[in-house]
Amino acid sequence: MSEHAHPTVKTFVTVWAALLVLTALTVFVATLELGPFNAIVALTIATVKALLVLLFFMELRYSTALTKVAVTAAIFFFLLLVGLTLSDYLTRGWTSYINPFH
Amino acid sequence: MWLFLVTEIMFFGGMFATYLIYRLSYYNAWVAGSQTMEIQLGAINTAVLICSSLTMVMAVHFAKIGNRKLTSICLILTLLLGFAFLGIKGVEYHGHWVHHEVPGLNFDFEHHGNYSSGQVAIFFSLYFAMTGMHAVHMIIGAGLLTWLLIANWRGRFTPEYNTPVEMVGLYWHFVDLVWIYLFPLLYLISHHHNG
Amino acid sequence: METAIQNTEPKKKNYLNADYGVMSWLLTTDHKRIALLYLGSITLFFFLGGFFAMLIRLELLTPAGDLVLSDTYNKLFTMHGVVMIFLFLIPSIPAVFGNFLVPMMIGAKDLAFPKLNLASWYLYMAGAGFIMYAILTGGLDTGWTFYTPYSTTYSNTNVVSAAIGVFIVGFSSIFTGLNIMVTVHRMRAPGLTWQRLPLFIWAHYATSVIMVLGTPVLAITIVLVALERIFHFGIFDARLGGDPLLFQHLFWFYSHPAVYIMILPSMAVISEVIACFSRKRPFGYNFIAMSSVAIAVLGFLVWAHHMFVAGISTYAAMIFSLLTFFVAIPSAVKVFNWTATLYKGSITFETPMLYAFAFIGLFTIGGLTGVFLGAVGIDLHVTDTYFVVAHFHYVMVGGGVTGFLCALHFWWPKMTGKMYPESFAKLSAVLVFLGFNLTFFPQFLLGYMGMPRRYHAYPPEFQVLNVLSTAGASILAVGFLLPMIYLAWSLRYGKDAGPNPYRAAGLEWQTVSPPTTFNFEETPVVTWEAYNYDEIDGTTKGVEVAG
Repeated sequence: MSEHAHPTVKTFVTVWAALLVLTALTVFVATLELGPFNAIVALTIATVKALLVLLFFMELRYSTALTKVAVTAAIFFFLLLVGLTLSDYLTRGWTSYINPFH
Repeated sequence: MWLFLVTEIMFFGGMFATYLIYRLSYYNAWVAGSQTMEIQLGAINTAVLICSSLTMVMAVHFAKIGNRKLTSICLILTLLLGFAFLGIKGVEYHGHWVHHEVPGLNFDFEHHGNYSSGQVAIFFSLYFAMTGMHAVHMIIGAGLLTWLLIANWRGRFTPEYNTPVEMVGLYWHFVDLVWIYLFPLLYLISHHHNG
Repeated sequence: METAIQNTEPKKKNYLNADYGVMSWLLTTDHKRIALLYLGSITLFFFLGGFFAMLIRLELLTPAGDLVLSDTYNKLFTMHGVVMIFLFLIPSIPAVFGNFLVPMMIGAKDLAFPKLNLASWYLYMAGAGFIMYAILTGGLDTGWTFYTPYSTTYSNTNVVSAAIGVFIVGFSSIFTGLNIMVTVHRMRAPGLTWQRLPLFIWAHYATSVIMVLGTPVLAITIVLVALERIFHFGIFDARLGGDPLLFQHLFWFYSHPAVYIMILPSMAVISEVIACFSRKRPFGYNFIAMSSVAIAVLGFLVWAHHMFVAGISTYAAMIFSLLTFFVAIPSAVKVFNWTATLYKGSITFETPMLYAFAFIGLFTIGGLTGVFLGAVGIDLHVTDTYFVVAHFHYVMVGGGVTGFLCALHFWWPKMTGKMYPESFAKLSAVLVFLGFNLTFFPQFLLGYMGMPRRYHAYPPEFQVLNVLSTAGASILAVGFLLPMIYLAWSLRYGKDAGPNPYRAAGLEWQTVSPPTTFNFEETPVVTWEAYNYDEIDGTTKGVEVAG
């Protein structure tokens, strides 16, 4: 499709090993009681794993700027969906009428 | 293919958004539901998918350097790992069925705590919807891999032309990506009570 | 630059007679034939939707609900909406004129993925099949908006098959958008920079972005509705702790940008037509191009303005109201630029230009009333009344359908090689304009006075305006039917059009009419700016192109 540099087999195997290690890490952390940080750590590790897959296995690191823009746009619009919808749910209790969820 | 994956991000995104919004409001129910998940099976499945991504990437690599035999082997391995994932998922689903955790079919959840049965039902609905949709995508991926195997056996891919292998690879990695987020969201982050 | 192609041989090979037989059409990968396949199907569904509209207007002639039962009336307005939106408006211009013209305007032989293009049409027909099945097995009565929990729990109609139909049609839309985006990025002729592209391409590109980003969310929402209906999940059911409003958030996240899918292509057409019939480059080309992109992006930020009274928080309502005001700005930019294009132009009043003028007026009214509705204070009073109905018909019919008819008349000579009878066409355009206004302007008044929408009976004081509206609808119907007749007539008896009867700018006019299967003998190399009307009129003034 496009001529660009390729990661080597060594890179692939390294990324694979990293992914497995991160999986083990996230499972381990889930067994600890960290309060709100459980979610934060788990999602951060997940994002790191996702980036590894995106950048190396899917070779996004070596793709054209256009591809990178497209993926960024998708993530951005997803965050928009969640964020603006949350703006409704989070602010429902701010006025004096009944909060529907509690 | 990237553009198609953009649509897939938005497609799964709708369900992720729903899940996140309800978690905010029904946290206790989410904890109860999440604690019924078997983390070991989920973790093994995650590892299985990661390995399948490696074999997929190697398949693309071998297609690019023209090694038909190793390409086929890697494609077969990816396919087998995919089936393993689906098998383990089937075991998990069976477990939920046995414990009466399937909304609409035999839902009967023992609940103790600050949440309602309906809220846990929503958790499980989303669980089945999200993992179910993911599984459907994996089955489609398995179909694509089979098609690639046949085409490769017929000698259609060369170092100059191996785009379909690369495209299926992108799709397969995307399905892996969805699971990378599904696993912590469904199994891990609501496992403890004060998350 | 203007190749002197004369249509001297009557049976010259073109895409229409390149191959004969039903299968050559059903298995074609030629974007032009696929465009015609779409044209046939969407016309069929337009008249089906119109049939439902006729029944609605007949019912509303009298205050009592006497023509049909209230349940039937619910089905009528639902099916009118579903058919018109999903089976007509969303595909309309992109699937017909986008398919036909995008490759030609950029100097390409076809779209990037011709087989995917054909698959899009089949998906569209399959989805339409499911929707037809739903209609034939008792109809759907949830409103085209599928609001929960009625659609998931309480309705007794065939929600699931209609939902499947909409899901499949959504994928048709996604693949068309994907095809257009890749084509525009990858297949432009040498020399055709982004700044030299016709505004038609810019707008279709923006539309495709919306299709790709928004439609999947509708798809997953529909899946969740179907699952909930079958398995009683409770995601949107308040009795089980679900939130019906969440459905509305997810639904409108797509459906608001969807209205921009319906209007942007029409705006694309208007840009081309105004430029051609004022013999001028559109004023502020860059601004018009950028406004298409802005509408695409901003359109995703405003969806909850459909939910002001549904129970969202006041603060969210304020945010969305503000964003709604912003999204009006790029549309206004376009209207001002089109008007400025007319200034000091050499204006002629061919049929496409009449439709373009109609568009500018009607869309402005529709758009402005949209801004009124975006103000929460006003919306509280007129939401779910005929004011809203009038607003969206002004933009979707006065804007969308007018744009479609404009395109149909502007590019008919290119697509078929024949000219339509100008006087009949002008008559139709006038009938459409008059009929449309008589139908829908009274509805603004009705809504303001408080008549609710989706009701089959109303208080007697509203009857006069309703009768006027129905009268207008009958005139509008004639205006829509006439083109069917004279366009069909023109296929056999129309004058040969020649390659460029309007002396328009654009690569598509550099081919024969109708074009050959692969469009261009050899790929053109573009060395001129877009809309070079001064060059065209300078060198070819006084020279009649054959036809």
